[in-house]
Amino acid sequence: MPGLEDLYREIILDHYRNPRNRGELETPPALRVEGFNPLCGDEIVLYLDFDANGGVADIRISGQGCSISQSSASMMSAAVKGKSVAEIDELTRAFKAMMSIHENTLEGAETAEPIDAPDVKLGDLEALRGVVKFPVRIKCATLAWNTLAQGIEEASA
Amino acid sequence: MAVSVDPIDGTAMKAQFPLLSREVHGKPIVYLDSAATSQKPLAVLDAMDDYYRTINSNVHRGVYMIAEEATNRMEIARALVRDFLGARSSSEIIFTKNATEALNLVAQGWGRANLVAGDVVVLSHMEHHANIVPWHMLVAEIGIELRWIPLDNEGRLDLTELDTLLNGAKVLSVTAMSNVLGTMNPVRALTDAARKAGAISIIDGCQSVPHSVTNVQELGADFVAFSGHKMCGPTGIGVLYGREELLEAMPPFLGGGEMIRDVRLDGFTTNDLPWKFEAGTPPIAEIIGLGAAVEWLNGVGMDNVRAHEIALTEYTISTLHERFGDRIRIHGPSSLAERGGVFSFDFDGLHPHDISQVLDQHAVCVRAGHHCAKPLMKLLGIGATARASVYVYNDTADIDALADALDATGAFFTL
Repeated sequence: MPGLEDLYREIILDHYRNPRNRGELETPPALRVEGFNPLCGDEIVLYLDFDANGGVADIRISGQGCSISQSSASMMSAAVKGKSVAEIDELTRAFKAMMSIHENTLEGAETAEPIDAPDVKLGDLEALRGVVKFPVRIKCATLAWNTLAQGIEEASA
Repeated sequence: MAVSVDPIDGTAMKAQFPLLSREVHGKPIVYLDSAATSQKPLAVLDAMDDYYRTINSNVHRGVYMIAEEATNRMEIARALVRDFLGARSSSEIIFTKNATEALNLVAQGWGRANLVAGDVVVLSHMEHHANIVPWHMLVAEIGIELRWIPLDNEGRLDLTELDTLLNGAKVLSVTAMSNVLGTMNPVRALTDAARKAGAISIIDGCQSVPHSVTNVQELGADFVAFSGHKMCGPTGIGVLYGREELLEAMPPFLGGGEMIRDVRLDGFTTNDLPWKFEAGTPPIAEIIGLGAAVEWLNGVGMDNVRAHEIALTEYTISTLHERFGDRIRIHGPSSLAERGGVFSFDFDGLHPHDISQVLDQHAVCVRAGHHCAKPLMKLLGIGATARASVYVYNDTADIDALADALDATGAFFTL
């Protein structure tokens, strides 16, 4: 049985209590993008400043949510700030892979194709690995990432 | 602490509910989410099992014996529901999938036949999405106008402008009890005001019908919707009560078998009430299960259910306030007479998902989220709440377990 310590790792609680890059950026030039988790009422607002090549030069986060969604957003902001689109894309795929492998095994889909997981260091984000043992919370952990992807897509459109 | 007389021994009641004897994470389960769905007594499980084991057959079709028995059993269930609601006739009891489908049936059936662009439908700020979205759909389709009854600072309907809101309205559709705040609304005053204004009244009885005596005639409502699974019955079965004159005048909602009298190449004529609104093979086992739930609740007595919940509500509010003081905020009215056993709360500034996750480790089941009432959440200025809710099988030990688990939750997040 997964215990609470699998879910609420100390580093997660640290990001929850002391969120990084909290706040807003002036729009424009920043892009404002909202994400909702309809299941639990989590909402996240990302402010994204892009560099000339479409990379994320600066990022701020506001909104409200549980410790998992908030800490995931905080860790994500630290991980993607100053990164190129390609690097962010790799990180996103690596994070999503970490979040979805267990989903497949839970459903007993042994033949499911493993998601193409790029070989990148996730750093602090590794702490969220335990979330997959609590399937209903996976959406909390991926909310910030889906919102970021939406923002990058909007910016490049 | 004042203690209301409790006619029901919740602890002894648990023995009739098989699920309540199981353990979660190695601890006896503490089920405090009956506003989402109730547990089922053995009597209901047995009735459904018996149907499948001994009389499983389609209803209103076969001439053989077990088909007749199944049909009888189903229609007995309808009569039980009729009497449970104090309705005049079984024709007024329409079986649906759930309360959501029942409300959609009224919006799509009555609404599309009777509403035109600019017509006003009055709802309240405390409605469940099931009593909002079907009307939004008619806004998009027909161009009706929605008006909203506001709330006061205790989460009660603010009726000071009710007559103005109802002026020219065609429909008033409100909940009898909020699934978030626990507020019990003055239904009779609302239906009286609607009738005076020339509007029909629709009552969402999801949270009220399972927990107190309901008499649709005394309520003065034209339609009442509720779900079976919140009143000890199975999922997949709900009820729409409708006044016979209104149902007779309404076009059918879903078309198919059972709801027809005659079908020709160039058209069809509808069956009599209530079958006119029950297209296709009905959820027979679920209807029989609902009938068994009604019989079971009749045996307990709905007055006793309400008295039990008043006593537990009093205990819950005083226990949580005594133990946690300003650390906890319980939404909804403070008066016991105006509220049911639903407790949405904020605790230590923690997100409800985090609260319910830790409570789960202590085998305490509560709901966390927006409770399908996002407009209300917005009004309260919060994204979500944790919600504990009680029923006939809960006791003060369950509330003590909740308080102990909250204690542990607070300690965990302030480490």
